[in-house]
Amino acid sequence: MEKLLELLEQDCSMSVAQLAAAAGVSQAEAEQAIRNYEEERVILGYKAIIDWDRVRKETVTALIEVNVVPQSIDGFDRIAERIYQYDEVESMYLMSGSFDLTVIISGRTLREVAQFVSERLAPIQGVTGTATHFILKKYKEKHLVFRPQDPEEREYIFV
Amino acid sequence: MNYDQILNDKIQGIKPSGIRKFFDILEEMTDAISLGIGEPDFVTPWHIRDAGIYSLERGHTKYTSNAGMLQLRREISSYLNRRFDLHYDYNGQILVTVGGSEAIDLAMRVLINPGDEVIVPVPSFVCYGPLAEMAGGVPVYVELKAENEFRLTPEQLKAAITPKTKILVLPFPSNPTGGIMERRDLEAIADVLRGTDIMVISDEIYAELTYGQRHVSMANLTDMYERTVVVNGFSKSHAMTGWRMGYVCAPKPIIGAMTKLHQFGIMSAPTTSQYAAVEAMRNGDKDIEHMREEYDRRRRYLVENLNRIGLECFEPKGAFYVFPCIKSTGLSSEEFCERFLKEEKVAVIPGNAFGPGGEGFVRACYAASMKDIAEAISRMDNFLTNLRRKQGRES
Repeated sequence: MEKLLELLEQDCSMSVAQLAAAAGVSQAEAEQAIRNYEEERVILGYKAIIDWDRVRKETVTALIEVNVVPQSIDGFDRIAERIYQYDEVESMYLMSGSFDLTVIISGRTLREVAQFVSERLAPIQGVTGTATHFILKKYKEKHLVFRPQDPEEREYIFV
Repeated sequence: MNYDQILNDKIQGIKPSGIRKFFDILEEMTDAISLGIGEPDFVTPWHIRDAGIYSLERGHTKYTSNAGMLQLRREISSYLNRRFDLHYDYNGQILVTVGGSEAIDLAMRVLINPGDEVIVPVPSFVCYGPLAEMAGGVPVYVELKAENEFRLTPEQLKAAITPKTKILVLPFPSNPTGGIMERRDLEAIADVLRGTDIMVISDEIYAELTYGQRHVSMANLTDMYERTVVVNGFSKSHAMTGWRMGYVCAPKPIIGAMTKLHQFGIMSAPTTSQYAAVEAMRNGDKDIEHMREEYDRRRRYLVENLNRIGLECFEPKGAFYVFPCIKSTGLSSEEFCERFLKEEKVAVIPGNAFGPGGEGFVRACYAASMKDIAEAISRMDNFLTNLRRKQGRES
């Protein structure tokens, strides 16, 4: 059934019938498996990947390196939770290396992002430092390239 | 000038394919789906493209040796050994060609004397007969049967052999049927061939695309190595159709003769493509697995759904085609394809385009996106429902 997860990760717009046939299981089995995965939160959700630049909606995305002091009981998790609860936080990861957390946030404007960092993130107890990097251009996300399809020459040959 | 008198008689005798008219219609349509072209929908993997580009950056723009770059022939030799247990010496037993097609052409031309017969199982890809004829041979078509899963049987082969038989073409895994020949099928054919001077041209361009079992080459079988010409290439296995990279392996005297002809007609295969091919051989096995898995998913989906909507379809075990039987519709293959294209804007190819024996079938290529395949199925369902309704009214 892990095949189903791989297929869904590639393209969650596939119908159950397509998924089932591709994974070599019955439709009922596929449906049941997907329901289970959803209930167990193995599948967290289904979202589209959108190139907002092409519909002229202004957004600003920033990657923030955060250094924190881990808490004695829950380590990083407690402080992480205090950060990711904010809706502005799109993704967040605990890192190895020279800083502790990567926080990715999106806002409508540069100011909005800056405000979040200075007024929400930095004052949290245990946060000892931040470095904000703004994303200038998106090239690729989740294996998808941000580029319109090249027009294809429609000339067919018989093979 | 009367060009009919000027042009070679044989080429004039070869009819152009009737498929062109479908493509002309298709090219005019805007929201058409094509399951018509037998070509991977994948782009050549980036590391392979990059190797081609890098070779240009470094200025590798000259001819290579006639037989192809030494490092490429070495890599091909090791690849065939690794993946198909085939053993060919890079020095004299491997020739790099401009696609598998050139290899087939060369093989026909170096083996055929005027009047020699070439047994061509059909339905199959359209090049074997015309290339045999141009080389002075006489194609003898053997019709493969759906009830045999389009395998060649020893009885059929025996019935086709005459004292003039020179070559047996083995086009497996098959375009257009998706049929394969397993080891026991090949053993039965080998039993017929042992003790004769009949040569085999084994077109194994789809060798990497088999589902459920690995491809077995005729050259793997006892006594068959000496009489087999193995044709292969990068087009289908590594999604490299446009690079025009093929190769052929055979006993030294045959490769020697083919290299002689190749050096006059071609010189050497494209250098950039050869550099890309080296990378494909060195680091491309995982790409093959990835693409095969993708094709397999689409294959299972397509077969299951064609059967569901009432088009009987045997399970193809190789290549990337399904070959459903459309006899239940009462239409000929061409009528079916023309109406399907005009009414539902989906292109599939009439089976009779692949020679006698293909009538009553159509070929659909599943080297297309799952989305297109799903949409094609739903349009096919529509088409069949409408067709049955109309036919019900008429009767």
